[in-house]
Amino acid sequence: MPIEIKMPALSPTMEQGKLAKWLVKEGDEVRSGDIIAEIETDKATMEFEAVDEGTIASIAVAEGSDNVKVGTVIATLTGEDESASAAPAKAGPPGDDAPIQTPTRPAEAPASAEAQNKAPPPPRPQLSSTKEGRILASPLAKRLAAEKGVDLAAVTGSGPHGRIVKADIEAAQGGTAKPAEAKPAPAAAPVQAPAAAPAAAEKPASVQMADSTRALLDDRIPHTVEKLSGMRKTIAARLSQSMQQAPHIYLTVDIRLDRLMALRKELNDALESRGVKLSVNDLLIKALGKALVAVPECNVTFAGNEMIKYSRADISVAVSIPGGLITPIVQDADGRSLSSIATAMKDLSARAKEGKLQPSEYMGGTASISNMGMMGIKQFTAVINPPQSTILAIGAGEQRPYVVDGALGVATVMSATGSFDHRAVDGADGARLMAAFKELVEKPLGMLA
Amino acid sequence: MSDSYDVIVLGSGPGGYVAAIRCAQLGLKTANVERELLGGICLNWGCIPTKALLRSAEVFHQMKHAKDYGLAADNISADLNAIVQRSRGVASQLNKGVTGLMKKNKIDVHMGTGKLTGPGKLQVTAEDGKTTNLEAKHVIIATGARARELPKRTGKADGKRIWTYRHAMVPPEMPSKLLVIGSGAIGIEFASFYNDLGAEVTVIEMMDRVVPVEDADISAFLEKQLKKQGIKIMTSAKLEDIQPGDAGVAVKIKAKDGAMSEDTFSHVIAAVGIVPNIENIGLEDIGVEPDEKFHIKTDGYGRTNVKGVWAIGDCTAGPWLAHKASHEGITAAEAIAQELGNAEVHPHPLDRRNIPGCTYCHPQIASVGLTEAKAREAGYEVKVGSFPFIGNGKAIALGEPEGLVKTVFDAKTGELLGAHMIGAEVTELIQGFVVGKTLETTEAELIQTIFPHPTLSEMMHESTLAAYGRAIHI
Repeated sequence: MPIEIKMPALSPTMEQGKLAKWLVKEGDEVRSGDIIAEIETDKATMEFEAVDEGTIASIAVAEGSDNVKVGTVIATLTGEDESASAAPAKAGPPGDDAPIQTPTRPAEAPASAEAQNKAPPPPRPQLSSTKEGRILASPLAKRLAAEKGVDLAAVTGSGPHGRIVKADIEAAQGGTAKPAEAKPAPAAAPVQAPAAAPAAAEKPASVQMADSTRALLDDRIPHTVEKLSGMRKTIAARLSQSMQQAPHIYLTVDIRLDRLMALRKELNDALESRGVKLSVNDLLIKALGKALVAVPECNVTFAGNEMIKYSRADISVAVSIPGGLITPIVQDADGRSLSSIATAMKDLSARAKEGKLQPSEYMGGTASISNMGMMGIKQFTAVINPPQSTILAIGAGEQRPYVVDGALGVATVMSATGSFDHRAVDGADGARLMAAFKELVEKPLGMLA
Repeated sequence: MSDSYDVIVLGSGPGGYVAAIRCAQLGLKTANVERELLGGICLNWGCIPTKALLRSAEVFHQMKHAKDYGLAADNISADLNAIVQRSRGVASQLNKGVTGLMKKNKIDVHMGTGKLTGPGKLQVTAEDGKTTNLEAKHVIIATGARARELPKRTGKADGKRIWTYRHAMVPPEMPSKLLVIGSGAIGIEFASFYNDLGAEVTVIEMMDRVVPVEDADISAFLEKQLKKQGIKIMTSAKLEDIQPGDAGVAVKIKAKDGAMSEDTFSHVIAAVGIVPNIENIGLEDIGVEPDEKFHIKTDGYGRTNVKGVWAIGDCTAGPWLAHKASHEGITAAEAIAQELGNAEVHPHPLDRRNIPGCTYCHPQIASVGLTEAKAREAGYEVKVGSFPFIGNGKAIALGEPEGLVKTVFDAKTGELLGAHMIGAEVTELIQGFVVGKTLETTEAELIQTIFPHPTLSEMMHESTLAAYGRAIHI
């Protein structure tokens, strides 16, 4: 008999939740204790463990479905003795027909509950490592994390085998409470140090220090030692991975901003009544989205044996937050209106700073943009945000001597540098992207068409 | 010439010999220095031989109650000499066991009294006066503790009429009228033992209840049981004077209400705590700091303030229990290995909340974590459950219907804060709660756990259920 897997109540108050992510697919064998899905409650993202053994016969609620009531059947499992294919399977997630489409993207709608006989699909190619190991945490730590809204994935465990224990949750809560996951792609801009090292709640450094720290430490210099946050560890791991695995190529262009500034002013005048204000960055996000659609060779993921070519441009925008950096995503930056981008960015960056982004809002993206212009940086190169292949580093717009029609004049100019994964993107393609971007910024009406 | 080691462990009690074995397992060249007997107090003069004595007392107690089980036993009697002989035999067997373990792990044992002569330098003086100089990268001090003497000069334990635990374990004669001063684990165990063998026993305790470190409910339950067995208990009582003489020991005791009483006892056991063995081992010379109670000050891994000098067990802060010493020994060994470059070990600092305590009187006591009062003091809002032995089928079948299991949970998080048990075999049950606490259990996992029937352990389940208003058999 098929076993029904129901939406679990992960905290005493939980009534419904979001099925953030499936970590198994139809046809997968699961054992008791395997993490099969991630469920988001109003407070935190929790892992959902299989209780029974068997084969996933069907997935009834698609990834990304919101407001799934506790007790709703979300999947069915066939026991060991039965053939999975014989079990009547519920409708699969809509994404099934095009398995090459990235599985990390939340499906648009919950699958229809209508029964339809369908054999489980063949295993999908594992394109990127979306499956994480089980997070080891004590029962008390799990409960505290749920109650306090601490994301276990962002917590470093200090127990045996890195198990997360009560003290770690308390420490995590004392530090920056933020929902950064181990998986998200924190961006790729040069790592920005927090302005001042938080001195509060420090442990005596001498005793708790790791040996690796001890080896590097010069005791003669006054110092404090603090544990890395989960976000810092993720940033470190991902940026190292990017620099070590992806050969970077950098292409810089100078771009005149005068027309874009003029258009922005005009648009803002027009949008004032709607309470929308476009930033330069909003326009640049749009320009990058459009440029990527025009030059799809740069909107790709290098996947070892295959290349994933995205037909939509989702732009990860680097936002500096206390203790690190996170990259909320503007989906379909090409297709949506400027005002919609501006509204979305305002909301995303505000919630990013409060640590309230949902994982789906910062995981994924097809290319990134990092703008350090407001910090007066003239020009810089950014580290690619894997598994993407393109990131644009935006410098400050400033008045510079500029040759216009053979004569020296003054223009507002910025330098933009694209970093490209040279395994996936040829220099000429990168150059075409930069040219397309420059064209759109210098002739910004093209963005509106 | 001096021998050079990675680690020298000074003392071979349950802290020291375990630390030495763990060091050897981790590939460190290890030596152990012992002045008397491998295995230390625990194995030779403490935990183990007293358990052997108490086992004899227990069997004797059961024989006296044979009728309750439908059995007949006539003319039963206790032979104190034979009981002590058996206890010594048990200790001796285990001492040989430790000797074998040292050999198996290729640990050099240096018999003699060790003294630090500098950082990493240790001089061992053998019984015959011969000295050996040893050197090591790290030294672990595991010298243990000894019984605290009574505050009165006339109360010095001489082994004749005034005893410490050590005399009480190999008594020259059977006491007829015994005074036990102090109602901690050691005092209560000897009170229980000699009472079972037929002595008239009085226990005095300065605090307002017996076994004062335990939960108040456990103390109250124990006091009732001891009184029922004929032991006289005086709490909030103070020893005012003690004068040993030919006819016995004359004692003046000030009771709770200030009234003085005088009595004469055939023997007195002083069980008023321990003092650490930290003198004459060179600690002052190399600057090792004591804590405010004159135990060696250490961090959670056993590091003292002097680099390369570590301390574990009873010479450091309490609780002064063998299993705490062994655990500290392993932690220190791993921390040393880590300092010497071993990346495979991941020691964790000692968590005092998860150290169980056991007392082997009749009925037994076992506990871990915070008492109800301590939990409230610490600011927890608590949920408390309790379940009596009388409600448990196995307890009744065993003829042991007296006891209780009490559990204390944090009302907010469900964390198991403490568990307190009194009754038959509870010392063998407590590890269930200790594992739970170490894994940071909440009530949910305990409630979900299936406890086997019929066992005493079902009471652990019921007590948890009771804390949440769900007990089945009460």
